[in-house]
Amino acid sequence: MGYFSSSVGRKFFMALTGLFLVVFLLVHLIANLTLFGGPDAFNAASHFMGTNPLIQIMQPVLALGFVAHIIMGIILEYKNMISRPIGYIKNNANANSKWTSRNMIVTGLMIFAFLFLHIINYFIPFKTTEIHNHYEFVVELFKNPIYTFIYVIAFILLGMHLMHGFQSSLTTTGIRNRKYQKCIEQMGVAYSIIIAIGFSSIALWFYFVN
Amino acid sequence: MNLTLKIWRQKSAQDKGQIVEYKVKDISDHMSFLEMLDVLNESLVAKDEEPIAFDHDCREGICGTCSLHINGEAHGPDRLITTCQLHMRTFKDGDTIFIEPFRSKAFPIIKDLMVDRSALDRIQQAGGYISVNTSGNSQDANAIPISKPNADESMDAAACIGCGACVASCKNASAMLFVSAKVSQYALLPQGRIEAKDRVTNMIKQMDKEGFGNCTNTGACEMECPKGISLNNIARLNREYLVASI
Repeated sequence: MGYFSSSVGRKFFMALTGLFLVVFLLVHLIANLTLFGGPDAFNAASHFMGTNPLIQIMQPVLALGFVAHIIMGIILEYKNMISRPIGYIKNNANANSKWTSRNMIVTGLMIFAFLFLHIINYFIPFKTTEIHNHYEFVVELFKNPIYTFIYVIAFILLGMHLMHGFQSSLTTTGIRNRKYQKCIEQMGVAYSIIIAIGFSSIALWFYFVN
Repeated sequence: MNLTLKIWRQKSAQDKGQIVEYKVKDISDHMSFLEMLDVLNESLVAKDEEPIAFDHDCREGICGTCSLHINGEAHGPDRLITTCQLHMRTFKDGDTIFIEPFRSKAFPIIKDLMVDRSALDRIQQAGGYISVNTSGNSQDANAIPISKPNADESMDAAACIGCGACVASCKNASAMLFVSAKVSQYALLPQGRIEAKDRVTNMIKQMDKEGFGNCTNTGACEMECPKGISLNNIARLNREYLVASI
């Protein structure tokens, strides 16, 4: 396992788990968008997600993917921090790189904190209690302005994380060249916006409209 | 023009070091940044003070010896230049300029603004070469056909002068842009393919050993690189390393 103990190998691992989570987020968003279809549509989607064998197999894999991405992210960040023990007194980092690209650990850890809240809010009740009307359960939560606010902020942070993460993970896996990079970057921006707006719109819709 | 300089002074590798303020007067805007420092050093010598130690050699942007983190950027605020090519006309009269050494665990400070960048040399020695017979009977290089795009990309990668601005600019002090350029210049040519796997494996191994950080593709290196080495080389390095590891 020499490959994964090298810096490049660890980054590759980070990119692969990241891309796996990119796919998961899209599946999650599609399932959530059925909320706009009313109780029947969402309850059916929720039932599918709760019973489909493939989804059930993927759930522990997903959990592992999250844990691996977070732990590796922290390990890499620690290594990066000790690689420059004495920093610059004046550092004009905005002149050469984007804030989102430099603060993946900040947005990442905040999304991690949100993940805890999200699991307590939905995943545990859905798994452990006999709630049949998942739609009602979701709508109920977004009547709370604090939850709605936290969720929207988390989705904005997620969008920022993806804005860099999408194209960075592809570069790390070697998918980048002169010809396609512009296209990959635009796809990354589009994906990040779709995820951030898609999830936020649900929270805001149920808070303001219902 | 008159300027206030805030310069990092450090007597030796063991010394703690600190920022010292200097005032320079009547600096011509035609001067290079290093010439401005020469003027300051002459005045320091005249006052029997220790001159500021900084790296410099060719002073025409091709040797990669000059360094300096100027106002928060490697080689200063201009693009595609080294510090010796940075002109004082970039600054305004009355400006305060911060001058710090390139910072990285792998670049220990020797004195003041001079850092030891031999870590990059050791990476180069670990694999940045091709083994050819140079005893006088080597074949004509032009006998091997090479596509124009590959030749161009290889030449672009070979433009790297190993100054270390990529390391200095990277928030992780990663040397990936340097290593990727050195790997790419050979990886793109048939002569380099023979030792490609060993080259990338050994160079990455040495890079990690030297204590550089991990690349997070922020792109700061590409922006600050005096030779415009592209981030596409980093993707190529990642591909080369993956293939070499399978």
